[in-house]
Amino acid sequence: MKTVKIFTVIFLYLLGTNKLLSLEPDIFVQSTVNRASKILSEEISKNEKIEELKIVAQDTVDIRGIGFYTLGSIRKSLDVNQKKEYQKLFNEYFLKSFSSRLAEYTNPEIEVIGKEKLNENYTIVNSILKGTEKRPEVKIDWRIYTKNADKPLIRDLIIEGLSLARTQKEEFASILNSNDGDINALFKSLKKFSSE
Amino acid sequence: MFKKLLIILITTLTLNSFAYAGSDGELLLKRNNPSEVKDCFEGLNRATFALNQTLDGIIFKPVAKVYRMLPSPARKGVSNSLNNLSHLTTIPNNLLQGDFEKAVTNTGRFVINTTLGILGLIDVAQYFGLNEYEKEDYGQTFAKLGARPGCYLVLPVLGPSTARDTIASSLNFLGGDPWYNVTVRNDTNYLNEADYYASRLGAGVDFRAKNYDSINNLEDNSIDFYASVKSLYLQDRQQKILNTKKIVDTQDDSEWEEIESQ
Repeated sequence: MKTVKIFTVIFLYLLGTNKLLSLEPDIFVQSTVNRASKILSEEISKNEKIEELKIVAQDTVDIRGIGFYTLGSIRKSLDVNQKKEYQKLFNEYFLKSFSSRLAEYTNPEIEVIGKEKLNENYTIVNSILKGTEKRPEVKIDWRIYTKNADKPLIRDLIIEGLSLARTQKEEFASILNSNDGDINALFKSLKKFSSE
Repeated sequence: MFKKLLIILITTLTLNSFAYAGSDGELLLKRNNPSEVKDCFEGLNRATFALNQTLDGIIFKPVAKVYRMLPSPARKGVSNSLNNLSHLTTIPNNLLQGDFEKAVTNTGRFVINTTLGILGLIDVAQYFGLNEYEKEDYGQTFAKLGARPGCYLVLPVLGPSTARDTIASSLNFLGGDPWYNVTVRNDTNYLNEADYYASRLGAGVDFRAKNYDSINNLEDNSIDFYASVKSLYLQDRQQKILNTKKIVDTQDDSEWEEIESQ
């Protein structure tokens, strides 16, 4: 009887801990946005901002997953070494592209306005990038991977209904198609982008 | 009239893809899926894209940069006014798509904004509860009728399009655009073709100015800018045809499952 009680207590404790550790997708997005906004409003150089934004991206974005997703079906035919090479190059490319895009903004105001749970693995978080004198308000939806509730990850940004992951996938497909599916052509383009 | 009918018939045959019955949402989604649109003339399209980029650098970008310096109310007024003119093609397309409620709403918007809103400069209609406005064009109507997009095209100056949308937009010059009719076709004492071309140029500059940073940012951070623009254009068209603000199937979950198992 005592053993049963102990197990029940442990079970309830673990259940409670798990609940405490899990991070709601909308709170996760708002805290990520706040982290980025804080960096962007700091009085530091653009390069310093880029380096700090890279850390945020590494913490919150499923870079590996997005990399293989954007590669398309060719990923199935790559050998281990090519996969490793691609992961390395994509990581560099993504971090540079992501942080450079964000670094152009000074103190962007993003407000989370809602969320829609698609299934156990995905939640869409809706937000608004507030308009300024120069640009209109922009609707941004975040596709959050929630399989691991303790560690949600961003898998796509959908800006005014346009998916960045899909755009990137079609961009990579275009390079591969123009080069008879030669992965080295994509490697070359990624290297060129990262070294510029 | 006969000429118009003949053109519509040729258009139909050229596209060779009209459905025999109306399309449901799923079919519309599939037909207009960006990955289904073939880039049949990629070489020519890329050359035209390069030409458009040059024109953008010489004309649209500098003009948009200056335009952005105008006070916000002035830009808002221009934007509202151009939006108001677009009702003239939206309303017939609402009717052709069988969306009579929207046709009535948009007619109300146009009448109120043209009169009380001083030729559309102020969007007064929103204060009457008529604040939902989505532009419609003949390309969207053709799509709703079941026409497939055909090949992807890049038109000089006008930019990305598809075979269907290019053919459909020609209806604007065949009586389908009342603004074109009163300015270019029937040269009145008050309006002439200069007004039409000024409005088209204005719409181009207004679009470029609104998306100034986004376009520059995209160009700087793309490894294939042509492919990025193509993808974004086709995704946008798909959304407009479906008239949805909801997220359209952005990612296939089965692909992700396969990635996770790697």
